[in-house]
Amino acid sequence: MTVTRTPEPALSPAQVSARPSLLETVLRAREITLVVLILLLVAVTTARHHDFLFSSDGWRELLRQPAILILIGVGEAMVIITRNIDVSVGSILGLTTYFAGWLFHNVAGIPIVVVVACAVLMGALLGLFNGVLVAFLNVPSLVITLGTLYAYRGIAVLWIGGDFIRSSWLPANFKHLGTAAVFSIPVLLLAVLVVVLLVGWFMTSRRSGRDLYAVGSNPEAAVLYGLRTRPVVLLTFVASGALAGLAGIVYLAIYATGDSHVGSGYELQAVAAAVVGGVAIVGGSGTIWGVALGAFFLATISSALPVLGIPSLWQQAVVGIFIVLAITLDRVLAIRRTRAAIAQRRLG
Amino acid sequence: MTAVAERAPAPAYLRHDKPLWRRVLLRTDTALLVVLIAVILWATVSVPFFAQPFTYSTVLLAMAPILLMVPPVTLIVVTGEIDLSVGSVLGVSSAIFGLLVQHGLPLALAAIVSVLAGSLIGALNGLLVTVLGVPSLAVTIGTLALFRGVAVGLLGTTAITSFPGDAATWLRANIGNLAVPRIILVVVVVAVLFGVVLHATTAGRGIFAIGLSSETALFSGVAVNRTKLLLFVASGTVAALTGVLFTLLYSNAIGTNGIGLELQVVTAIVLGGVSIWGGRGTLFGAIVGALLIGVLSKALQLLNVGSDVIGVITGGALILSVVVASVAGFVSRRRRTAAVVQPSGGP
Repeated sequence: MTVTRTPEPALSPAQVSARPSLLETVLRAREITLVVLILLLVAVTTARHHDFLFSSDGWRELLRQPAILILIGVGEAMVIITRNIDVSVGSILGLTTYFAGWLFHNVAGIPIVVVVACAVLMGALLGLFNGVLVAFLNVPSLVITLGTLYAYRGIAVLWIGGDFIRSSWLPANFKHLGTAAVFSIPVLLLAVLVVVLLVGWFMTSRRSGRDLYAVGSNPEAAVLYGLRTRPVVLLTFVASGALAGLAGIVYLAIYATGDSHVGSGYELQAVAAAVVGGVAIVGGSGTIWGVALGAFFLATISSALPVLGIPSLWQQAVVGIFIVLAITLDRVLAIRRTRAAIAQRRLG
Repeated sequence: MTAVAERAPAPAYLRHDKPLWRRVLLRTDTALLVVLIAVILWATVSVPFFAQPFTYSTVLLAMAPILLMVPPVTLIVVTGEIDLSVGSVLGVSSAIFGLLVQHGLPLALAAIVSVLAGSLIGALNGLLVTVLGVPSLAVTIGTLALFRGVAVGLLGTTAITSFPGDAATWLRANIGNLAVPRIILVVVVVAVLFGVVLHATTAGRGIFAIGLSSETALFSGVAVNRTKLLLFVASGTVAALTGVLFTLLYSNAIGTNGIGLELQVVTAIVLGGVSIWGGRGTLFGAIVGALLIGVLSKALQLLNVGSDVIGVITGGALILSVVVASVAGFVSRRRRTAAVVQPSGGP
């Protein structure tokens, strides 16, 4: 694929900081843009319809809905940062959701913690399969995960058939998780935030986290530098799968139901969250915080559109516009930065 | 190549070190054709109701949309790019076509407008890829989401089913006594057109050159950006044409028409031995890949395995094909390295 190399001239950090305009600085700090957009969106929507924010249901939905997308978006971001892509996350989510429901139904009195661990482990194993094929066979990740997108979904359909998870399968304390709140913040969101903080810390402050950026920004250089790239790639796919597994649990806690088609199409939203959150599709850059905000933004759009009087049918088109805008903006900024740096070098 | 070889004593590098039968038979697309024939033979012998004209025409009818979109996307993949938006373009064109026909436009005019809409979407993809230099994977994932959303948004939950029935009957009718529906004629025209461009023209050599190395192609005088742009426009146009035919074939325009078809198109192409990195592959292989998926699905459906298994089969076939190609590449590289280290007999 064109995980392209348009090799841009190598620049030293001093050259790059060529006094960008204020607008450019703000646009480049994707987190600030997203926070402003989210606040605007919530404010406008609440002005139209007070219950969007100022009702216990509205508040809870606003904070609870994005949890699933944040988890798979963060996993997807880790994969994209290493210059790969994982389009099988939706299918992994679907399989683990049913698996978790099935465990509750068939193993009487199984503790919630064990189910969560099993679901995460299952997701990690499915991700491991992707990772082994990508890392050791040198096959483009798009092809492999397209294959497993089909295959995992097919396994789900074969296994589940026309069955679906009934609310009565789930223990009361698990269903309570979906609505529980601490200081009126849903527990689910808090749990997801802990995961985001952990992954974010790993990606910014741990050496093995920085390896992901090194592999993604220039694989050849990473090899020459002495990095063993295969374990890094393998790890990201396992992480992406595990996070999708965790997202499956969150899905089950929120909706308390699920059939063989849970999570279809989530792979696109996950990529969208990562890209809108400022992860360059060519790898090597982006932050976990940005991705979490991107996911929050996209999920909020979905719930705000019907309130704003735009039929929810147009929701996917709006999401699509944001993806196209985000990648265009990224590219334009990158081109401007390179031009500015070249001009700077000519001058001095 | 062979023409050159006949004219004068060939330079050493043009002399083939393998006999003709190995060069013809040991190719990905030949191997795939053998697999396809084997599957058809197996199905004829052991799958009840498979060996009937009706089955053949249903398989071809079901695969027609994919077979139509495979040629343009194959050319794009050969340049090292990808177009994941074809399924959504099909959907948008189907929605536009349905709405226009519902508002009383003549069929032909509605079809032309819908196809042009597809060309415009293709141009958008192409411009983002060539002018801005955004990877096509990202661009077309974006437009995949965007235009599926537009298709769903345009039609909502309604379906338009008021199409002249004789169009569907005409497209579905067999050609003469063959078990081949007429829509396959369109497939053949599109496939031959793109096949000739790819394998028999200078532009086609340029397409391969771009896939092998974009920079080398540029310095050799290939108009890299213009070629890519044209290919994306062609892909959008053909996908939209498929949308019109799809709508007529099933007398149904809904927002979800053609959803997920892009995955099957890419699967067929990769299964057909076209390198996803660009620069390698044949259109023939890609079409055989599509037929293989269709025949396997039909055989399993007749065996009552259910449509559920098809996902596993498609995904499994895709993974298997790239794994085999990867291992084969590894082995041949090992062998070549060994030959360089220890030259044995050859020139």
